[in-house]
Amino acid sequence: MTTATQQLKNKKQPFSLSRLLKREEKPYVNPYLGGVLLGVVLFLAFFLTGNGLGASGGLNRLTVFVEDIFVPEHVDRTSYLLTMAGGDRNALDNWVVPVVFGTIAGGFISGLLNGRLKMTTGKGPRISVRMRWFLAFAGGAFMGYGARLARGCTSGQALSGGATLSVGSWVFMFAVFAGAYALAYFVRKAWN
Amino acid sequence: MSPFPLPLTELFTPFGQILIYFIIGLGFGIALEISGFGSSPKLAAQFYFKEMTVLKVMFTAIVTAMVLIFLASAVGLLDYNLIWVNPTYLWPGIVGGLIMGVGFIIGGFCPGTSLVGLATFKLDGLFFTLGSLFGIFAFGETVGLFDEFYNSSYMGRFTLPEFFGLPTGVVVLLVVFMALFMFWGSEQLERIFGGKDPKKAPKLRYAGAGVLTMAAVAVMVIGQPTTADRWNVISAEKEQLLQDRAVQIHPGELLATMHEHKVNLVMLDVRSEADYNLFHIRDARRVDIETLPELAPELLLEPSNTVFVLMSNGETAATEAWKVLAAESVPNIYILEGGINAWLAVFAEEDQGIQSVSVSGDDRYQFIFNAALGSSYHAARPHPEDYQLEYIPKIQLQNRKGPSGGGCG
Repeated sequence: MTTATQQLKNKKQPFSLSRLLKREEKPYVNPYLGGVLLGVVLFLAFFLTGNGLGASGGLNRLTVFVEDIFVPEHVDRTSYLLTMAGGDRNALDNWVVPVVFGTIAGGFISGLLNGRLKMTTGKGPRISVRMRWFLAFAGGAFMGYGARLARGCTSGQALSGGATLSVGSWVFMFAVFAGAYALAYFVRKAWN
Repeated sequence: MSPFPLPLTELFTPFGQILIYFIIGLGFGIALEISGFGSSPKLAAQFYFKEMTVLKVMFTAIVTAMVLIFLASAVGLLDYNLIWVNPTYLWPGIVGGLIMGVGFIIGGFCPGTSLVGLATFKLDGLFFTLGSLFGIFAFGETVGLFDEFYNSSYMGRFTLPEFFGLPTGVVVLLVVFMALFMFWGSEQLERIFGGKDPKKAPKLRYAGAGVLTMAAVAVMVIGQPTTADRWNVISAEKEQLLQDRAVQIHPGELLATMHEHKVNLVMLDVRSEADYNLFHIRDARRVDIETLPELAPELLLEPSNTVFVLMSNGETAATEAWKVLAAESVPNIYILEGGINAWLAVFAEEDQGIQSVSVSGDDRYQFIFNAALGSSYHAARPHPEDYQLEYIPKIQLQNRKGPSGGGCG
């Protein structure tokens, strides 16, 4: 699909994959415009399906799906996992799973069209790439753990619950910012 | 009935539903990527006040979606009762949020944005996603150790208008004002710490702020539909059900349903406390009709195999309560046919303390009691094997229209 539309745009020259990958990098859109677009997507999700957006829930189900392949008895004995993949339940049978795959595909398409598909590591100038990888993994582990404890991540709690005026989601949102700001000074070397 | 949200399970095949969610995900991924959320230094800059993109994008998205949701609800297009509002677990949310904040500043992403990072070949996004999967795995393995905390401070579907005791439209407008104030503050911080000149930002954003404020004012002026408004929309269809006696179930069917393990039965007794204390069916919960609209969101959180049965002495009050719940979109609601009087007529023979009398007046006890034994009478929980009752079964479980579970379930 995307390659076809690209072909149409570059009518004069024959299509070439390498040119597509070497597109000039375009700047990001204005944050308010990006926010409006994100808000419209969030609204449409609620309007059409009654559900908001989610990400960590999908990763959760992928994790449990893999666990259920290797240690099904263990899943059947753990009450938290049981509700998702106990017995013959399929952990992937949930709306948030296609949302996660859609998010990855959408990010890829947008990156491709805007010339931002580059194999790099985003980091501050004062740390090594390896150190950044380690911090990304460690931060991800905290994030994953916290997101499950809070029953949702930035998308499933803050965005979705924020827009529907859930008290818990608003409190949660301020807790996330508080946690990050409280620690920001101590890890400033990683980013500045 | 409001046409939205769509009854997905009825309208689409399972594959069609997957496709819809996939397309929503596509939009989500594109919106995140074009905002720069695939780049961790851009996200982390938020916490050094250099670039407030995270806050701007997040709050613009929240207020945009919020205004659209409540505008659609105000004009009767969208049923707010049927959309998923994250239930509040206060303390697990706060502690989880703090842990996530730590993860955010160390790792530079959140789960959603790391997927976009990974999709645009950012290696730190890949490592962050792997870390998230590990953290999620670790949570699943350790949550058993603190189950009690994980399920503590549960407040159900608790919304800001309820918390502040203000009309929804007023809260929507206040949230918009708060967001606009935060945007102004962000631009000041960017000027001080990031050396950015707010004067160079597009002027169009003032127009956007104006449109947003006007839309929020419109939400406030129109107001959200009341129970009576909601009933007016569906009354023709629902009055027919009442007239055809399609929702009045025989005492025998209620007894059978009590012992049907595939059904989650919720019995709601809408009589006065005095009548309830004299006698009630065991496990029936007493509720005041006036509080039913506020109770409806809680009832909507019950599992999808739930059947609600309303009862009064006769049928009048129960029928009124039925209309309230129908208006509030609660599915699978029924009325005990003939009320508690009919129930006692069938099941109270063995109870010495209950005598039949003739009392005039609608919805009043046709029985007198020696003592207020509540649900300690035999008739409060009869044995189904003792009775051979004939009736036409009427309960049919219907799929609910709204979502079955939350965003990160």
